[in-house]
Amino acid sequence: MGKTVKVMEGSMAVANAIRSCKTDVIAAYPISPQTHIVEYLSDFAANGELNGKYINVDSEFSASSFVYGASATGARSYTASSSQGLLLMTEVLYNIAGSRLPLVMTGVNRTVSPPISIQPDHQDTMTLRDVGFIQLHVESIQEAYDTHIQAFRIAEDHNVLLPVMVCMDGWILTHAYEPVTIFDDADVYKFVGGPIKPYQKMDPFDEKPVNYGCYADEDKLMEFKYLIMEAHKNAEKVIEDVALEYKETFGHFAGGLIDAYRTEDADVILVGMGSVTGTIRCAVDELRAEGKKVGLLKIRSFRPFPGRQIAAACAGARVVGVIDKALSLGYGGVLGAEVKEALCNQKNAPAVKDYIAGIGGKEVNRAVIKDIFADAEKVTKENILDQEVMYVNLNRQFVE
Amino acid sequence: MKLSVGGTCFAGGSKANNTGVWRQTAPVVDLAKCVKCKICVDYCPDCAIAVDEEGCKIDMFYCKGCGICSNECPAGAIRMEV
Repeated sequence: MGKTVKVMEGSMAVANAIRSCKTDVIAAYPISPQTHIVEYLSDFAANGELNGKYINVDSEFSASSFVYGASATGARSYTASSSQGLLLMTEVLYNIAGSRLPLVMTGVNRTVSPPISIQPDHQDTMTLRDVGFIQLHVESIQEAYDTHIQAFRIAEDHNVLLPVMVCMDGWILTHAYEPVTIFDDADVYKFVGGPIKPYQKMDPFDEKPVNYGCYADEDKLMEFKYLIMEAHKNAEKVIEDVALEYKETFGHFAGGLIDAYRTEDADVILVGMGSVTGTIRCAVDELRAEGKKVGLLKIRSFRPFPGRQIAAACAGARVVGVIDKALSLGYGGVLGAEVKEALCNQKNAPAVKDYIAGIGGKEVNRAVIKDIFADAEKVTKENILDQEVMYVNLNRQFVE
Repeated sequence: MKLSVGGTCFAGGSKANNTGVWRQTAPVVDLAKCVKCKICVDYCPDCAIAVDEEGCKIDMFYCKGCGICSNECPAGAIRMEV
């Protein structure tokens, strides 16, 4: 496989992936920290290097509506946003997923106001977990490049036909510079199957045009949603298969639905999503060198949620700690809740403790991870109910 | 019969939808007053009005009786009747 290895910004790696997949329509509205992705794409467009149309729009609601319409006509489409912009798209994203359109978009993770902050956490994409999109979280810049390419294959698979949101931590992944392996355009385009083969088209010139936006009575509405749930079940296998095929074709693999790292004999496992899993990976190696039996469970696919795979990976552990980078206000950590649900009915389920970390950009480095491992080690089935939810490095002076 | 993927329906399906049965009041056109300005054509939310050489002709298969045409007609040529 032809390739170039070049130091580039994470955003440029993503822009290259999108360019190679030859989208037909891109419509995006800038918001930090997504801006560089769409700016590089507009540079490509200005230089005549981008296939299809690049359209400047007046808001994220416009951007999402634009690509919804484009995708409905059978165009391979792309958009990206963060934080407030993602939330502004909310009702359109429900529409895109419900209409079973294979849009690919990037959710560049940034916290949600108030207070105003452009720093990263998962609050934005976590809020959108219910809309019906497939949500894949990437650990590194290389994985961001690789996963966007896989995303088109997953979304456009006729057994799936669900839009894919590739979630990547703002700044940490979008604005860092690393050597990235970029594969030849022709090979990437071949991997995504060449031009899109739409399942159906809202196109008056098509032989069997369809229309969207129908009404459903109470006898059919739940059934409609049931079919979306079924599509997510199909997506589980497709996500795994496409990841393996990408490994065979390009030699890169960063997990399918999950990546269980050194979990087989682990006493304590930390669960996480996104760039923090890279940090946990380093900490696991360092702690293992000291003789600690620890492991990492990286969740790559948050939707569809791989409950069975999580239960299998955690089966032998005594304690599972979950790093939650978002808060369901009034409840607590959502990832923690979903992991607990995956484990609660298992025989000999491990004790699960939720660690609220990295909110609003609060640093989660190896030292912090090691502190979390040390805390998790002291958790037992007997004392778990006494444990408060742990807000990692909470600044008490601001709350007391 | 399994639901369609994405809840799509065949294109052009709206043509068969007899929205005229929703009417509670109906427009009645006095062609003698009609000046063929086509303002009613522009305002009709259902595109149910055409103007020919005789004047304003409303398609009662679709007309929902909203009354906007009557409201907007500058010649007062349209009256809403129960």
